[in-house]
Amino acid sequence: MTPEVDENLLRSLTPSVLGILVRRGADFAAAEDAVQDALVEAVRVWPSGPSPGSSGREDPIRDPKGWLVTVAWRRFLDATRADAARRRREDLVDEEPAPGPAPAVDDTLQLYFLCAHPSLTPSSAVALTLRAVGGLTTRQIAQAYLVPETTMAQRISRAKRTVSGVRFDQPGDVATVLRVLYLVFNEGYSGDIDLAAEAIRLTRQLAAAIDHPEVAGLLALMLLHHARRAARTAPDGSLVPLADQDRGRWDTGSIAEGVGILRAALARDRLGEFQAQAAIGALHADAPIPEETDWVQIVEWYDELARLTDSPVVRLNRAVAVGEADGPRAGLAALASLDDSLPRYAAVAAYLHERDGDLTTAARLYAEAALKATNLAERDHLTRQAARLNTRGRS
Amino acid sequence: MAKYLLLKHYRGAPAPVNDVCMDQWTPEEISAHVQYMQDFADRLEKTGEFVDGQALAPEGTWVRYDGEGRPPVTDGPFAETKDLIAGWMVIDVDSYERAVELAGELSAAPGAGGKPIHEWLEVRPFLGASATITE
Repeated sequence: MTPEVDENLLRSLTPSVLGILVRRGADFAAAEDAVQDALVEAVRVWPSGPSPGSSGREDPIRDPKGWLVTVAWRRFLDATRADAARRRREDLVDEEPAPGPAPAVDDTLQLYFLCAHPSLTPSSAVALTLRAVGGLTTRQIAQAYLVPETTMAQRISRAKRTVSGVRFDQPGDVATVLRVLYLVFNEGYSGDIDLAAEAIRLTRQLAAAIDHPEVAGLLALMLLHHARRAARTAPDGSLVPLADQDRGRWDTGSIAEGVGILRAALARDRLGEFQAQAAIGALHADAPIPEETDWVQIVEWYDELARLTDSPVVRLNRAVAVGEADGPRAGLAALASLDDSLPRYAAVAAYLHERDGDLTTAARLYAEAALKATNLAERDHLTRQAARLNTRGRS
Repeated sequence: MAKYLLLKHYRGAPAPVNDVCMDQWTPEEISAHVQYMQDFADRLEKTGEFVDGQALAPEGTWVRYDGEGRPPVTDGPFAETKDLIAGWMVIDVDSYERAVELAGELSAAPGAGGKPIHEWLEVRPFLGASATITE
């Protein structure tokens, strides 16, 4: 037997353990602290295995969830008692866990709703979700977002205060939860924590807790996108565009899973923006070589997406797809109706002009786009594109 | 969520409204100014938006590589340098509007006469490192 703590198992138990404490009557903020303590305690004591003679209920190997609940509840009572002692109100603390009302909705789901509550700012909702649902420590979250641990601790405790008055038994809005998970996924990875993988884990867990086509759509989108990760970056860290990627390095298992989930979701006939985005991802994944990409169908999905979101960014991406389906002139015509101050407008225009053979204009626009890029990899990529056109014939 | 650099210039920024050099302030005015900056940073730490803040000495040295096996060449400081950074604060906020709002507050730090300096601060977005949905 390897006495290793399975951190994924531990973290997957976080929301249900926290839900049990809240249902027993603990307030969310205190319960969340207690569960974090129990997780830390588990990492500390579990490698040594169960102590001889420990009862089955508290045996971490046989019943990890029961163990966590017991330890977390004790921690909660200790903390509450300490608080109560300070306030000389010890008599108000009930030693025995109250049975609590039967859960109207799944605890895990309620936690997602609470942590993505509309009263929270996006960054607070993200931080709270990663801690209370994901079971990450404040230090891990701080490292992932490159901020000091004290700052992240404050962000989380403020978020907890913000939602302290929110009732735990009210259904929330799935759309707000999906936006939070999408934000986590898009952050990528820095530090020890792979936020994209964590977002997939949390979305998968959400999909198990609620039957909703858009949750499935987001999960499919993440899987299809994540499947290309190894191919998306060159060894030197530079960005590899879709058309230049080594498709042999795409993760076929992840693609198959994403396509399967998407297909089942689309069959429900309740289309949403994540399903539409995933459908576009699936069409890219379906092409063994870039030339076999079904751009006509991709344009149709962008039309759906534009209808669903009315987002100018979608119309910008659509112009690229039109350029592939009907030629660069058609793409430029689609671009002409859009606001040129949109992010990545210049990059799209540069690409279409290059395809149209106007390399001078393309080079100028690539350089302009590089100046407007909001991340390093993208800026370097665009600068390289401009340099490639400016120095052609020289090497 | 994005990080911004709030840059404070010794020189190079447009003239502030309350344009009196710090060495002409009273010691109490300087203390009040320093306290304001500290309180501002503390407040941002509590809101979960603070990343880093540092002040820089005005005198720097220019350094460059001078070839294999040779020590680097140093030069300066150049008194005529137009732009001179005094210090910075890095914040992590939900929007550009929030970054501007905070820079506005920082610019209200008191100067001569205990009145806000209204100094110009430069707000620069960080280039993010990740690029998940940009291919």
